Amino acid sequence: MLNKIIKLTSYIMLFTASIWLSGCDAVMLNPKGVISVQEHNLIFTALGLMMIVVIPTFILTFIFARKYRASNEHAKYDPTFTHNTLVEVVCWGVPIVICAILGTIIWSTTHKLDPYKPLVSDVKPVTIQVVSLDWKWLFIYPEQNIATVNFVEFPVNTPVNFRITADAPMNSLWIPQLSGQIYSMTGMQTKLHIMANEIGDYNGNAASYSGAGFSGMKFIARATSKRDFDAWVNNIHTLNNPLSGERYLNLSKPSEDEPVQYFSTVRDGLYEDIIMKFMMPGVDLTKPHVHMDM
Amino acid sequence: MFGKLSLNAIPTEPIILGATGFMGLAVLIILGALFYFKKWGWLWREWLTSVDAKKIGIMYLILALVMLMRGFSDAVLMRSHLMLSVGNNHGFLPPFHYDQVFTAHGVIMIFFMAMPFMFALLNLVVPLQIGARDVAYPFLNSFSFWLTAAGAVLVNISLFLGEFAKTGWLAYPPLSELPFSPGVGVDYYIWSLQISGLGTLLAGINFIVTILKMRCPGMTLMRMPVFTWTALFSMILVVIAFPVLTVTLAMLGLDRYLDMHFFSTDFGGNQMMYVNMIWAWGHPEVYILILPAFGIFSEVVATFCKKALFGYTTMIWASGAITLLSFVVWLHHFFTMGAGADVNAFFGITTMIISIPTGVKIFNWLFTMYRGRITFSVPMLWTMGFFYTFVIGGVTGVLMSVPGADFELHNSLFLIAHFHNTIIGGVVFGYLAGITYWFPKVFGFKLNPKLGKASFWCWLIGFYVAFMPLYILGFMGMTRRLNHYDASTGWHPFLVVAAIGTLIIGIGILILVVDLVTSFINRNQNLDVTGDPWDGRTLEWSIPSPPPFYNFAHIPHVDTLDAFWHSKQNKINQNTNTHYEDIHMPKNTGVGFVLAGFIFIIGFAMIWHIWWLAIAGGVGTIATVIFRAFDYHTDYYLDASEVEKHESKYLNRK
Repeated sequence: MLNKIIKLTSYIMLFTASIWLSGCDAVMLNPKGVISVQEHNLIFTALGLMMIVVIPTFILTFIFARKYRASNEHAKYDPTFTHNTLVEVVCWGVPIVICAILGTIIWSTTHKLDPYKPLVSDVKPVTIQVVSLDWKWLFIYPEQNIATVNFVEFPVNTPVNFRITADAPMNSLWIPQLSGQIYSMTGMQTKLHIMANEIGDYNGNAASYSGAGFSGMKFIARATSKRDFDAWVNNIHTLNNPLSGERYLNLSKPSEDEPVQYFSTVRDGLYEDIIMKFMMPGVDLTKPHVHMDM
Repeated sequence: MFGKLSLNAIPTEPIILGATGFMGLAVLIILGALFYFKKWGWLWREWLTSVDAKKIGIMYLILALVMLMRGFSDAVLMRSHLMLSVGNNHGFLPPFHYDQVFTAHGVIMIFFMAMPFMFALLNLVVPLQIGARDVAYPFLNSFSFWLTAAGAVLVNISLFLGEFAKTGWLAYPPLSELPFSPGVGVDYYIWSLQISGLGTLLAGINFIVTILKMRCPGMTLMRMPVFTWTALFSMILVVIAFPVLTVTLAMLGLDRYLDMHFFSTDFGGNQMMYVNMIWAWGHPEVYILILPAFGIFSEVVATFCKKALFGYTTMIWASGAITLLSFVVWLHHFFTMGAGADVNAFFGITTMIISIPTGVKIFNWLFTMYRGRITFSVPMLWTMGFFYTFVIGGVTGVLMSVPGADFELHNSLFLIAHFHNTIIGGVVFGYLAGITYWFPKVFGFKLNPKLGKASFWCWLIGFYVAFMPLYILGFMGMTRRLNHYDASTGWHPFLVVAAIGTLIIGIGILILVVDLVTSFINRNQNLDVTGDPWDGRTLEWSIPSPPPFYNFAHIPHVDTLDAFWHSKQNKINQNTNTHYEDIHMPKNTGVGFVLAGFIFIIGFAMIWHIWWLAIAGGVGTIATVIFRAFDYHTDYYLDASEVEKHESKYLNRK
């Protein structure tokens, strides 16, 4: 019986190890952003710390199970061994110490990696306003006065300040290779700050299920050189495809597997009004934006 | 006349029709058999009207196993669909159906498989362990079960009448609000959970009172078996947490039925409030499920190591700590909702702290094995499987309690792998260990150990093959609830492996069913005539298997932990007393069944907006309650001579 257990356990471990190895090109093991590199390191630090308790526990379990099996009559049998202060102090003590260490790590990294914290850099950040719709992503560049659907581009080594809201059920903006995710919700704004370390195309996800067309709600996040980014923006400006209020209302209707779209200009204050319309019934996207002091 | 209900409500999709046909056939066979063998009277007298905790426990068990099949079929559908739905192929489940399947899978597995399974074990074991003749409120117990069953029936009706929710198992608004879910799916969700949730709450109260007030003389709190202790903690959680669920779903219902704006996008509705409230119930819920499993492992380890549990007191305190802590961690389910770093760090640390008492429990079981005499019978194998699997689940759980890591893992398949790791590796393994362990006590015959071991190995290996790839897929950025993906993602091979794992678990379930059927057929060869097949330690093993309906002819007196073990060690035979006394017993009643029937009608009518029927159901409910209130003949005395007759039958069998 026990031999069977040993054999099977080793098979399982071998099998697990082999799929782990084959998963080495996994996205998460290949982070390309300032934040994702740190998050990635954090995951492995935490895992390593826990292994200090877990591996001895696994080995002890195996040794005890083997040694004290009923058929091994040489092993000591002591039914009175039901309390031992030293053992119990160690049982509580070791997890407490590990948790104290991990707790301090949690406190410091949670503040360091707070998605709301702007990234420190000499380069002027790019602001991108994100709206999750049924079922596509709208990206508005307020400084460049352009907008895109299901595609976002930004310069490499430049902080990107995402401002995120929704005009549909709750969703979550996630570009796994660049950073963690943050929810998008109607009538509210959330924030995410990222910076890509390398030029490249990265998959962007809708991480929180939002209905029938959810699976097609993905985008490419492209990190390019500053020059290519400027050229890309200028190119869009020449398109003569404005995103007016009416156009937005059409766009926001439910649709699936939406192709990439570019808009050469954006109605003034569109993003602010998308948020405000849930709280102020008077907000009309088809009329010009009314500036308010808040 | 029939509200929103019309012939259009019957879906025409072939897969749904097939499932409906299969379910219909099963129901027809059962009904036909009842007519053919003229068993209707027997069914009514012995089961539907029974207030005996053991029979109610068996009915909970049947419900749980049937729902396990249903929930597992959903899992098979999802895994095989995702294996096929890559690149140009779109699988065989369109989003309309697929989204219902994953919602139903979660709802059924938690509410109608795991919860009934837990209440099955509580009903079967707790009264026997504390030396009681029944639970504190036997009628309420019957009512609780029928409410749970009514909820389960509603969920399954949604398969062929209308639709189920397409929202995910927690139905986050605004997706679950009318503008985004105009169909009856979310209403099915709300009413089935409200009805079964009421049953759960009542059962929680029942068991708290039972454990606190019905213990036999001498059984102080610190002499209670560990399973009873964990049941008590779990029921305390039920009583505190389930009202939160009721209120949350009621508010969502008010939004949908009366156009209120608790969680809507407009008029000041706040979706974040729903997410907070549902998890204020949802997190304690997982501890409601796992605590009794911890209790089972404690009983199993002590019995099969022939050694009292190491650190009994520590174990109780650790369970108590988990109970308290489970209420201060709910925010870890949504670190990504934009709370500040202080809030996230606080909840990350509290979550991680739960791993301390949990780790202590693992060490206590480990040191129970130390210097023991371990027999690797089937329940012990489940426990060994649990040690390894649950610890891995715990590690990934602590990992996700670190907010910085959670941002990259949340909503991915890593999360799915994690909670299946704890729920299958902890809860399901625990309950299956428990039912194998107590099976001879409940039914009077043992299960086949060979088949039991085969089923265990299929479950264990199947689990790893099915869920380890999901961890990797999470690292590769695959999100949950996806219906289709591109071939360029590289996910496909892992999803194929996961589907194979599901198949292996399926074989494990199949062997379990074969085990139940063949053991029943051959029951005369493996009868448990001793009442104590495992050389047990606690009171349930001191009486015959199956126990007489009054449980104990003489209420036992205990003066130590593991009282039965000590009486065996000291050669004290408790069954020598042949002087019997009259026993006070509750009368069977069909009121619980009828009452739950009327409440089921209310739920069904509300779902379909058939207002007159809802009112009729309400009138029926109130009338039945009044009828019960004026029924003064709810109990009787079992004559001492009857008791003697039963007892001598058991004594002669030995």
